[in-house]
Amino acid sequence: MGSLALRNISKSFGKVEVIQGVDLEVQDGEFVIFVGPSGCGKSTLLRIIAGLEDASGGSVEIDGATVNTTPPSKRGIAMVFQTYALYPHLTVKDNMSLGLKQAKRPPAQIAERVDLASKMLSLDPYLERRPAELSGGQRQRVAIGRAVVRKPKLFLFDEPLSNLDAALRVNTRLEIARLHRELSATMIYVTHDQTEAMTLADRIVVLNAGKIEQIGTPMELYNDPANLFVAGFIGSPQMNFIEAAVIGRDDAKTIGVRPEHISVDTTGGDVEGRVSHVEHLGADTNVYLDCGRAGLLCIRLFGEHTFEIDSMLHAKFDKGRTYRFDDKGDVIR
Amino acid sequence: MSTARHSPAHSIAAHAILILYTVIALFPVFVIVINAFKSRKAIFREPLALPNAESFSLVGFETVLKQGDFLLYFQNSLIVTVVSLFLVLLCGAMAAFALAEYRFKGNTLMGLYLALGIMIPIRLGTVAILQMMVASGLVNTRTALILVYTAQGLPLAIFILSEFMRQVSDDLKNAGRIDGLSEYRIFFRLVLPLVRPAMATVAVFTMIPIWNDLWFPLILAPSEETKTITLGAQVFIGQFVTNWNAVLAALSLAILPVLILYLIFSRQLIRGITSGAVK
Repeated sequence: MGSLALRNISKSFGKVEVIQGVDLEVQDGEFVIFVGPSGCGKSTLLRIIAGLEDASGGSVEIDGATVNTTPPSKRGIAMVFQTYALYPHLTVKDNMSLGLKQAKRPPAQIAERVDLASKMLSLDPYLERRPAELSGGQRQRVAIGRAVVRKPKLFLFDEPLSNLDAALRVNTRLEIARLHRELSATMIYVTHDQTEAMTLADRIVVLNAGKIEQIGTPMELYNDPANLFVAGFIGSPQMNFIEAAVIGRDDAKTIGVRPEHISVDTTGGDVEGRVSHVEHLGADTNVYLDCGRAGLLCIRLFGEHTFEIDSMLHAKFDKGRTYRFDDKGDVIR
Repeated sequence: MSTARHSPAHSIAAHAILILYTVIALFPVFVIVINAFKSRKAIFREPLALPNAESFSLVGFETVLKQGDFLLYFQNSLIVTVVSLFLVLLCGAMAAFALAEYRFKGNTLMGLYLALGIMIPIRLGTVAILQMMVASGLVNTRTALILVYTAQGLPLAIFILSEFMRQVSDDLKNAGRIDGLSEYRIFFRLVLPLVRPAMATVAVFTMIPIWNDLWFPLILAPSEETKTITLGAQVFIGQFVTNWNAVLAALSLAILPVLILYLIFSRQLIRGITSGAVK
């Protein structure tokens, strides 16, 4: 069991309101990711769930019980930190078992759980080492192991991959996904990296300036963004926004279209522009068209293409996949 | 050391400056120590000469060990210094942790108030301190000295340590909280080992003025049983006649314990820097 409910959570530091009335329901076994730009309050929200930070208003419920006044160690949670936060004076084994020792569990049970976690994360060769003798990736695995050993109702991850290099990041990401499948535990994960969010999450919570912009599955957010912010945040390269009036449309304030939903044509299309830059990524080619008053347009073409810089091209939008936004930035469906 | 950044000329200049400084700093100590082993006549004839077969004499040390109770003075100095040091480090570190870790009303104000002692010398309050000690019956006790020295050392200790405590990773402390460690265990087991270099620095800065102090022992605890070593050495300095052999011998002996304490802490300091416990 491990459901979580946030009811009208708010948090202010002095006069600054960093979280404004957040409501959220997380089902047992769900993998939910908080994503948003830095300073949007996602880490603070995670700390409130963990009990490391007091909410200024609202309540946190874990498994239906309000835990506002419960200390972190009694909430049945485990947390993995960006900086690993391993105890430098303890060996890997002791790092993993400390929480259970504090909770006065029988030694046999502790040994069994540490054993299981270390097998799961292939930490067996390192059990007697200290954190200083491990590499970054190994340290993060130990930190994850420390969380697994506790058998929590709720796993909390605070940007766990941010300190790892690109290759390790992909590996550790797979590891976390596998862990979620094997343990079928409830996980809350904070990141600013939308690739992590898209690849791992059952549901994504997009936060901006302390408010939830949209909650949905990765594909819902991609295909059906609620507003300009979500449309711009999810997807890479980001969605192109064009002022509707510039291209002669009056049914919206802004037109949005993703780079992958534009094709190029030499004869005619929705908007004409001059090629200002071409990026060759192998699988894709990104073409940047300077369309004058319509702005800079990014077009993502599959495969390899070559274009002369400064040549003129027409961009043709995929009609079914353009988005219309009103003057408040909300989508017009 | 890469040769690109360190030309020989630079190295020589740097070493010359450092050696010059060392010589200047050690010269008085050197003069005290060599003269402590010379006869009275030899001290005045050639103050800078090393003791030789003719001028060598242990008369100073003999006087010191015979006259007055130097072992007791030593013991007093050591007790006062070590206990004060312990209290300064313990209370200072705990106060610094509270200031660095917890948000409460008046946190900044409290920090400033505690740091005020760095700017105001404690000796300005000597008369009031003496009155207080008389009223509480602590005159001529080591407790009086320990209390005063603890108060004297705390401001700088809190100031330095709170700065270092802020650098200890929040994640580490939070991980401890989630694992159910008490705030005391977080402080003693996680935070203190990480600020050990700072603790050693503070210990050295606190210890030396206490050991060398003449003012407060003279005023608060001048009795025979509570004299410290610096005060004890004064008996050989008279208005008209000064027993230089004895004074120099006493001072030479007084250097030893503080030197040993310093070596212990500086080892800690180096070990703390090189341990590389945190990423």
